[in-house]
Amino acid sequence: MAVPAVEVRDAAKRFGAVRALDGVSLTVEQGEFFALLGPNGAGKTTLISALGGLVRPDSGSLRVMGRDVGADYRDARRQLGIVPQEVVFDPFFTVRETLELQAGYFGLRGSRPWIDELLERLALAGKAGANMRALSGGMKRRVMVAQALVHRPPVIVLDEPTAGVDVELRQTLWQFIRELNAAGHTIVLTTHYLEEAQALCSRIAMMKAGRVVALGSTERLLADFSERVLRVKLESGGLPPALAAGATRDAAGWHRIPVENAAQVESALARLRESGSRVSHLEVAEPELEEVFVRIMGRGDAPAGAAVR
Amino acid sequence: MRRMVTGGFPALLRKEVLRFWKVSFQTVAAPVLSAILFLVIFSHALARHVEAFPGVGYAQFLVPGLAMMSMLQNAFANASSSLIQSKITGNVVFILLAPLTPVDLFAAYLLAAIARAIVVGAGVILAVAWIVPLPFPNLLWLAAFAFAGAGILAALGIVAGIWAEKFDQLAAFQNFLVMPLTFLAGVFYSVDTLPPFWQAASHLNPFFYAIDGFRYAFFGQSDVPPWTSLAIASATLCALSWMTLRLLRSGYKLRH
Repeated sequence: MAVPAVEVRDAAKRFGAVRALDGVSLTVEQGEFFALLGPNGAGKTTLISALGGLVRPDSGSLRVMGRDVGADYRDARRQLGIVPQEVVFDPFFTVRETLELQAGYFGLRGSRPWIDELLERLALAGKAGANMRALSGGMKRRVMVAQALVHRPPVIVLDEPTAGVDVELRQTLWQFIRELNAAGHTIVLTTHYLEEAQALCSRIAMMKAGRVVALGSTERLLADFSERVLRVKLESGGLPPALAAGATRDAAGWHRIPVENAAQVESALARLRESGSRVSHLEVAEPELEEVFVRIMGRGDAPAGAAVR
Repeated sequence: MRRMVTGGFPALLRKEVLRFWKVSFQTVAAPVLSAILFLVIFSHALARHVEAFPGVGYAQFLVPGLAMMSMLQNAFANASSSLIQSKITGNVVFILLAPLTPVDLFAAYLLAAIARAIVVGAGVILAVAWIVPLPFPNLLWLAAFAFAGAGILAALGIVAGIWAEKFDQLAAFQNFLVMPLTFLAGVFYSVDTLPPFWQAASHLNPFFYAIDGFRYAFFGQSDVPPWTSLAIASATLCALSWMTLRLLRSGYKLRH
């Protein structure tokens, strides 16, 4: 079996009194599109920084493609491309110089064709000769993505890559990242846009206060922590008792009826018709990661052992 | 055994050299101009000053010291300001995420700072050569002291750049350590003319040996024998380099 792309065992890190990482263990297999979610301060960025050697864990082990990030840091860093969360740049250089220098730090020569391709794919070709200072925030962020990819790492970690990037460019970026994933790159992503994570990622870890509180396939998490609901607004009448049992009603007058499948939608509608109530609006809401997230973050301090598989 | 210097070193050195070269008006031209102003003012004000060395006029005496003083200050400024700017703007992350070794970092910052020092020093000497006639220097001594002196301040600059978290902390380092030590290193006078206490104090200042030796390269005369100066300057450079490497290996203030 192939070595995992990322393997974290019992990683712990304190900053003063704060346990930024409190015994984190998780494994990301090669080729996965993995989301690391959690509120601000959950430890996501600390974990990513520890993978890149920016933060040294107090205990535990972290490996990237089987290389220990401490003992074997040079090999580990060659396997890893991180796009940091903060937009940072060196104002002394142009876009192309920035990328050439970054390739150089990895000891690479003759990276020009790949740099040209990166510039093209990230819609930066027209700005190759521009100074970093002259770029918009979204462009700077795309240069950071290019910097993380300049050494063609098998594992790519993006720490909130789409914050402050407009919709069109966000689509371009995801299209590119999807292609990289299809080409075999492992992608690890943090984002506050949960719909992005839901649409892109096959597996998800949720972190809270330095611990992994949920870990599983996106499908599994959605099935366990969210539900499909039939939402109806009635013109007249009320819900028949058989439906009212599990349903709730919101302030806008929408009734929310949990349903598991299409057959249940049909039977609920049949009951409504039989009861004489008239439906004015109707929609079926699919399970949402946002609901999963809110439930998991809200359910007290669940130990990591309670994580779903 | 692991290679200490990796294929990434040349790129980092190139980046550090480009960094000052792109703004050479302020990193090279400005210090050359200040050195010329010092020379013009001091040589006029103190023109009737006794000859520091037999057969060497005061203006002549001043030139190597001023050149070396500029070199020391610019070596320090280059390494320290590059590091603190990278830290404060956050772009140091791109260097820290790369597979560069502590030796790569040390060597690149050190050599780039020495390169700037040499460009500034050469600029000072070439600019004033029109005003003050100088003997052709002994190039070996010149190079040895340029390297050792600039190297000492480059290493100090790396330490200060790593340690300082704010520009004013760096300014304090510069104003309270680097400036006094360079000014009191015998740039403007021969330390032999000082009272015994200050002579002894000057001999504790490693910058003094860099300046004294650099002057020897021009005039073949110095306060201290050149080999002694070279030995002390080199030993200081080695000790500081060792310390700087330890700091880089520990990740102090760079990797948390």
